[in-house]
Amino acid sequence: MKTQPAIVEVVVANDTTAMLEARIIQTPVRQVWVRFKKNLAALISMGVIGLLVIAVLITPVLSPFNGEDIDYESIASEPSLASGHVFGTDSLGRDLFVRTMEGSRISLLIGLVATVVSLLIGVNYGAIAGYFGGRVDAVMMRLVDILYAMPFMFFVILLMVFFGRNIYLIFFAIGAINWLDIARIVRGQTLAIKQQAYVEAAQIYGASHWKIIQRHIVPNLLGVVAVYITLTIPQVILVESFLSFLGLGIQEPMTSLGALVSDGANEMESYSWMLIFPATFLSIILFGFNFIGDGLRDALDPKQVN
Amino acid sequence: MLEYFIRRLLGAIPTIFIIILVSFFLIRLAPGGPFDFDRSLAPEIQVNLNAKFHLDEPVYVQFGYYLKDILQGDFGPSFQYKNYTVTELIWQGFPVSVQLGLSAMVLALFIGCAAGMLAAYRQNSKFDYGVMTISMLGISIPNFVMAPLLILFFSITFSIFPAGGWNDGAFQNRILPIITLALPQVAYIARISRGSMIDVLRNPYIRTAFSKGLPTFYIVTRHALKPTLLPVISYLGPALAGIITGSVVVEQIYGIPGLGRYFVQGALNRDYTLVMGVVVFYGVFIIVLNLFVDLLYGWLDPQIRVQGQKT
Repeated sequence: MKTQPAIVEVVVANDTTAMLEARIIQTPVRQVWVRFKKNLAALISMGVIGLLVIAVLITPVLSPFNGEDIDYESIASEPSLASGHVFGTDSLGRDLFVRTMEGSRISLLIGLVATVVSLLIGVNYGAIAGYFGGRVDAVMMRLVDILYAMPFMFFVILLMVFFGRNIYLIFFAIGAINWLDIARIVRGQTLAIKQQAYVEAAQIYGASHWKIIQRHIVPNLLGVVAVYITLTIPQVILVESFLSFLGLGIQEPMTSLGALVSDGANEMESYSWMLIFPATFLSIILFGFNFIGDGLRDALDPKQVN
Repeated sequence: MLEYFIRRLLGAIPTIFIIILVSFFLIRLAPGGPFDFDRSLAPEIQVNLNAKFHLDEPVYVQFGYYLKDILQGDFGPSFQYKNYTVTELIWQGFPVSVQLGLSAMVLALFIGCAAGMLAAYRQNSKFDYGVMTISMLGISIPNFVMAPLLILFFSITFSIFPAGGWNDGAFQNRILPIITLALPQVAYIARISRGSMIDVLRNPYIRTAFSKGLPTFYIVTRHALKPTLLPVISYLGPALAGIITGSVVVEQIYGIPGLGRYFVQGALNRDYTLVMGVVVFYGVFIIVLNLFVDLLYGWLDPQIRVQGQKT
């Protein structure tokens, strides 16, 4: 919470005044990066996720197959290098490597889009509540409290029934339910930030409330929000694959890791690879983002300096 | 304490009302009606059916009827299961889900707390790193991935436990579902109790106890246990919600006739009343249990109790 001031103070204490200005601008980010680098698991996770993003983008280069083509010669065939189906094929004869990559692409995309949606809602909501304070704050946060008590997974399922499983609405719906944590954190931070002199200065200048929130408050929240972004991404990916697993999410011919795990679970008695590959990829993605989030939180937490 | 209890109880009413409202309107706005069959019904029958279930009236009037019925404990007839009311289905599935959920919760609490506290006591030891790594696995691997993997290993490869079915609650049928439900919660509870125990052990009164030469076991159980458990208790609410959502998947995968399974089937079949009934039922259930968790917390931590009385 008090990350940036704490680091700046340390820098101020052992730096010459000549370098002061430049260091204050650079150091918080650099110091976080230095501490983040010490966390091996987080660093490896970052590399793995980076590789996966690249693999997902260049899938057509990596494999001669296409996720919809059916290979009648090898239906439900085992993984083999000779046939070119490195992950085998599914029960319809589609290449499982390409399908898994398509599923990973959807999962990563969901993670990105839904997190941005929840960020937009959560940051604005929290900043407005914190900035205006008083009755506005009380009413807005009471609403968040009420929403907190809701069984959300059930509402997403209702939303899916309602929206008819349209992919864009899935993105939006999942994002729209994940903003509560962010709103709470942002509100708390805003309460502190709005006491700062520069906010007061902007008010004296006659800047509009909206401008103050956008220009002065939101940019100063980003450090804390960064941690929540990395922790929201795996949550969002999990919700989507949960829905797809139940048959309520992404629909054929598109696929997602949840749908692939579900297909694989039905066939696992004879064709275990159909379960194992998508399950491994889903776990790697979730594992990776959780580790990165943990690493970032530790790196941003001044208590961890020792 | 009583005043606090009553105020919390009153505070839950708007939440419950919003749950009913949101789920009602969402499901009503969904495309496709319960009487849309492959072969269309005679128009007269359609009209009569709509009149019988008030489907011909404006939505807000329907909501009024629904609210009135719910307050009388009547969730209406199921649109898919013949001869059953939703209330009957809920009371059929709920005991099964409760048995599973409760066992998973108790298991998670014991193993999670024990592992977390031991890891905290031996901070930065190999045991500590082991617990933290495994718990990260438990958090990251979703239960719908874990369940098929457990079946693959224990049922198909080694035939130790049956792959699914309820078999009237036979012991060996329960093991895999309970493990699947408990694993993520074990992981979370281990992490929470570890962090909390580390903080508690830094307190001066713990140092005093050590310097008096008290045995470690005595210090942990008498001085450190209660404050360590506070964050775990406050996690019980989210844990409960996690187990309930988890049970939806677990019951589906293992073919257990619990409430979660009815819910998924209802959602796939557009069984409006059943889906609504389950959401409202679970919503109220979660809220009531959260209330108890808060009361338990207040009982363990006197600071909260005082605050509750003042405001």
